[in-house]
Amino acid sequence: MADQTQKKPLLSVTAEKYQTLIKQYTPKPTIIKNVVRAFIVGGIICSIGQIFINLFSSFGLARVEASTAATATMIFLGALLTGLGVYDEIGKFGGAGSIVPVTGFANSIVAPAMEFKREGYVMGVGAKLFTVAGPVLVYGITTSIVVGFVYFLLH
Amino acid sequence: MSLKRVGNQTVVFAKPPVILSSYSIVGPKEGQGPLGKTFDKVWKDALNGEKSWEVAESKMLQEAMNGAINQASVPKEQIDFMLAGDLLNQIISSNFAARQMALPFIGLYGACSTMALGIAVGSMLIDGGFAQKVLVGVSSHHDTAERQYRLPTEQGAQRAMSAQWTVTGAGSVLLGSDGAGPRVTSATIGRVIDFAVKDVNNMGAAMAPAVADTILNHFHDRQLRPVDYNLIASGDLGAVGLALACELLKQSGMNMGTNFTDCGVMIYDESQDTHSGASGCGCSSVVLAGDILQRIKAGKLKRVMLVGSGALHSPTSALQGESIPGIGHAVVIEG
Repeated sequence: MADQTQKKPLLSVTAEKYQTLIKQYTPKPTIIKNVVRAFIVGGIICSIGQIFINLFSSFGLARVEASTAATATMIFLGALLTGLGVYDEIGKFGGAGSIVPVTGFANSIVAPAMEFKREGYVMGVGAKLFTVAGPVLVYGITTSIVVGFVYFLLH
Repeated sequence: MSLKRVGNQTVVFAKPPVILSSYSIVGPKEGQGPLGKTFDKVWKDALNGEKSWEVAESKMLQEAMNGAINQASVPKEQIDFMLAGDLLNQIISSNFAARQMALPFIGLYGACSTMALGIAVGSMLIDGGFAQKVLVGVSSHHDTAERQYRLPTEQGAQRAMSAQWTVTGAGSVLLGSDGAGPRVTSATIGRVIDFAVKDVNNMGAAMAPAVADTILNHFHDRQLRPVDYNLIASGDLGAVGLALACELLKQSGMNMGTNFTDCGVMIYDESQDTHSGASGCGCSSVVLAGDILQRIKAGKLKRVMLVGSGALHSPTSALQGESIPGIGHAVVIEG
């Protein structure tokens, strides 16, 4: 028989106190390990980019054109490695080191494109393509416009 | 007729329903884990030749439910209700599996606690005299969950140390009013508890208070202690959530002893790099349908409590800054 007068046992920890318990029991992010790995992975990616710049320069391209061609090559490689299912593994290891370079940007466009293709090319790929990169584009472009405007006024 | 409701939140079955059979299917990662040999079937890859992860998950659930029916050698027509749930929006894995099963269907949503919820509700249907055989099944899939709750699967990002890995797996049990097998003797339906955790990468911490509350109430309602059980397994708190639940219970005057563990801790080992452990409906369902029921049948465990743990948020609610409500449902299974 259900006894409605029975006292209900309650947790003796309040939601407030629980927040300190969470801090105590949640493992800290491995910052030093992540920073070192990001430095190595990011460094390697940028070195590869530099190799392409030098290579294209040796083909007779001017400095600016060579770096544009190298950027395009790196974007292609980032997209290719995403398609082959390798870039997410690099990202897991390298963290910011593989997100910040242009290859990471390629990854953040190609990954949603692959993921949402099953929902069709319009409402899938088309609508979801910028789910990851969208905020970077919106605020990156806005910032560059503002900075460009300030630069224009100062000169 | 005496009321089967006991204490504040618990039901005790007058004629405990029997678990006639069980079936579990998992993906490759779970198959490589420490419980790999306890599952009935291990898929070689998580897509299994289907056109989408969602179709694969639904087929997996369907296969698990058919597996349980076949193992019990019960004609499908004798099954009164099918109870199923999963993590996807509008529980599509279950709905689409139910479309093929063609059984009277009750869809459930208890997030990752759905297996325990299904067994509790199914047992109530049987002991209440509304059914003789009830089929319960749940599923989760790592990739369907990732793309719904987090990021595209090929996105190169690092996961938090407290994050958990959604299990690709489907588990099913067939409950019956008569027959041989382990019995479901009681169930404690949980309350939604929200301790203001907002970090979606620390779901264990969000669910731990709900699990602790249900455990506390279960022992209070049944006038039992943790030592009366050979195994108390939470659904998918993971390492962080399990430690927090232990601490919460300890501070509330209940020492859980050494028999308290978590399905999300059991299913993967350290080398699989899942961080805090496993999550998902599939997690507790395949550990129960595989390892736990096998140990009960072998006589190694006499009385087991499974406390399914669920985080009742959505990606939208999380983005809007809402905290994560948790729930825990307990079912007691005796050999």
